[in-house]
Amino acid sequence: MTTTQDQATGDQVTADQTAQDYTQTELIVCAASKMLAGKTTVFAGIGLPTLAVDLAHRTLNRDIELIYESGVTGAHPEEMAEGIADFVLVSGAESVVSMQALFGYVLQGGNVDVGFLGAAQIDRHGSLNTSLIGDWDRPTVRLPGSGGASDIMSNAGEVFVIIRRHDHASFPAQLDFVTSPSPVAARESGKGIQPQGHGVSVVITPLGILQREDKYGELVLTHTHPGVTVDQVREATGWDLAVADDVASTAEPTAEEVRLLRDEIDTVRLYLR
Amino acid sequence: MARDKVLPLPEAIRTLVHDGDSIALEGFSHLIPFAAGHEIIRQGRRGLTFCRMTPDLLSDMMIAAGCVDRLVCSFFASGSAGALHEIRRRIEHHDPAPLEVEEYSHHAMVLRYHAGASRLPFIPIRSYAGSDLPAINPDIRLVDDPYGEGSVYVVPPLNPDVTIVHAQRADRRGNVQIWGITGVQQEAVYAADRVIVTVEEIVDDEVVRSDPNRTLIPAHAVDAVCVVPRGAHPSYVQGSYDRDNAFYRMWPAMAKDSARLQEWLDTHVRGTADHTEYLAAIGEEQLAPLTVAPRLSQPVDYGRRMPAGATTTSATATATDGGDR
Repeated sequence: MTTTQDQATGDQVTADQTAQDYTQTELIVCAASKMLAGKTTVFAGIGLPTLAVDLAHRTLNRDIELIYESGVTGAHPEEMAEGIADFVLVSGAESVVSMQALFGYVLQGGNVDVGFLGAAQIDRHGSLNTSLIGDWDRPTVRLPGSGGASDIMSNAGEVFVIIRRHDHASFPAQLDFVTSPSPVAARESGKGIQPQGHGVSVVITPLGILQREDKYGELVLTHTHPGVTVDQVREATGWDLAVADDVASTAEPTAEEVRLLRDEIDTVRLYLR
Repeated sequence: MARDKVLPLPEAIRTLVHDGDSIALEGFSHLIPFAAGHEIIRQGRRGLTFCRMTPDLLSDMMIAAGCVDRLVCSFFASGSAGALHEIRRRIEHHDPAPLEVEEYSHHAMVLRYHAGASRLPFIPIRSYAGSDLPAINPDIRLVDDPYGEGSVYVVPPLNPDVTIVHAQRADRRGNVQIWGITGVQQEAVYAADRVIVTVEEIVDDEVVRSDPNRTLIPAHAVDAVCVVPRGAHPSYVQGSYDRDNAFYRMWPAMAKDSARLQEWLDTHVRGTADHTEYLAAIGEEQLAPLTVAPRLSQPVDYGRRMPAGATTTSATATATDGGDR
């Protein structure tokens, strides 16, 4: 795994000035985009990850390829797609493969560099809960479940997580349910085939960026967003959050990045809100 | 010459889908066989085990109609459109009754259909080390790797009594052609005992045979072919009509209210005689904007053997030019 910290704080994207105004969504998308330097195949759902991949493709990484869970690779949509299976992703695409080929050969075959996942809860080692809040027998909230998430966690080279809340409920000391296990959880279980990749390497939250350098290590706070303090992030986290020696401020979006996002990538504001 | 398998949809459901069956209605966002699901609701089937990777609105409808006792799936929401409230009511509040759930990940569901189609006793998967899923699903089991070190999780085959899929076209004998997102349809069909395919249109044998690679499901795997134009609404058919995203956005807000969901089933499904009446209830105003413009593929050349006496100069040149370009 490459060190992502320099890429996130560096200024190699453009020489452009910081945008005059930007939203939190734009900050998160731009931070995710910068983390994608040097990555080739990205497995993502629709929404913010798609915007991040599109932005990375236009600004710093012409080689990046987005693989959709619907089996589409090399999509060239004429319009903004609404969902991972929108027909505009298929028309003009380079390839559409079956589910068997997608999950078996593409993903489990080890061809995905980065998987993007969301989560309702994440723990200190990057295990994710997308299944339920409360007890299995009669949950308080029934969440969408695994879908492909646990398969992505076990097989992608590394996993990026974008999470839209940062509080004790979403960053608890213990998950209500482990849907997608970290390499630490996999090793502790002593059962089954150990994950091929690193597990979660980057977590982008409304407060900052957490990263895991060691496959069996903990998430470490590496960046705080402009106006956010280290103490704020630590207080919002449900465990004693490790903090890097040199916490940086998340790079603010440039005027060019914001222009690309608003005027070329998501012109109808489907995901930029 | 194999037999003609074209049947009206109500007759196919009446003869091939029985109370208590396990049924798979597959299609990954694309080609979801809604018309067939609605006909199952009209005929009042009960006690079904319903198998689908992503339950989608179709399972909210079939569960709300009382057809389903058990759900086998790997996702519990409607993609970008949000929650499936009938499923959540059943699971979170046991309202009006608990729902039996058998839960996997997407890859496990794909592998289960593949194992089912291949008549294998189980199939290994790299996922689940450290996951809580095996703890809540006793059918995700651990075996020793017979060739190496350590253990490996395995999942059982999925062999539905009936699989139903929707497709662009078929011939009268049931050679089914699908393009766009092809999902897990081929595996789900071969895994089943009985197979119903609904199609947008029946085409001549010559059309199918002009492009045999596009036949994902050969006739020998199919029991009934039903012509149901717009049979995937509110999902979509590549090249025929777009997904009804307005319907998908409307659904969670409506289905959150159980009474309104039942009223929708009364007016659009239980109160209509067939899919034609369903489409009339949806209304042309809603359907017209779903029309798509053509975007044709380039034809491919399957070739034929050169007639006797014809010149073969170019073929010879190709074969003798070194061959290691």
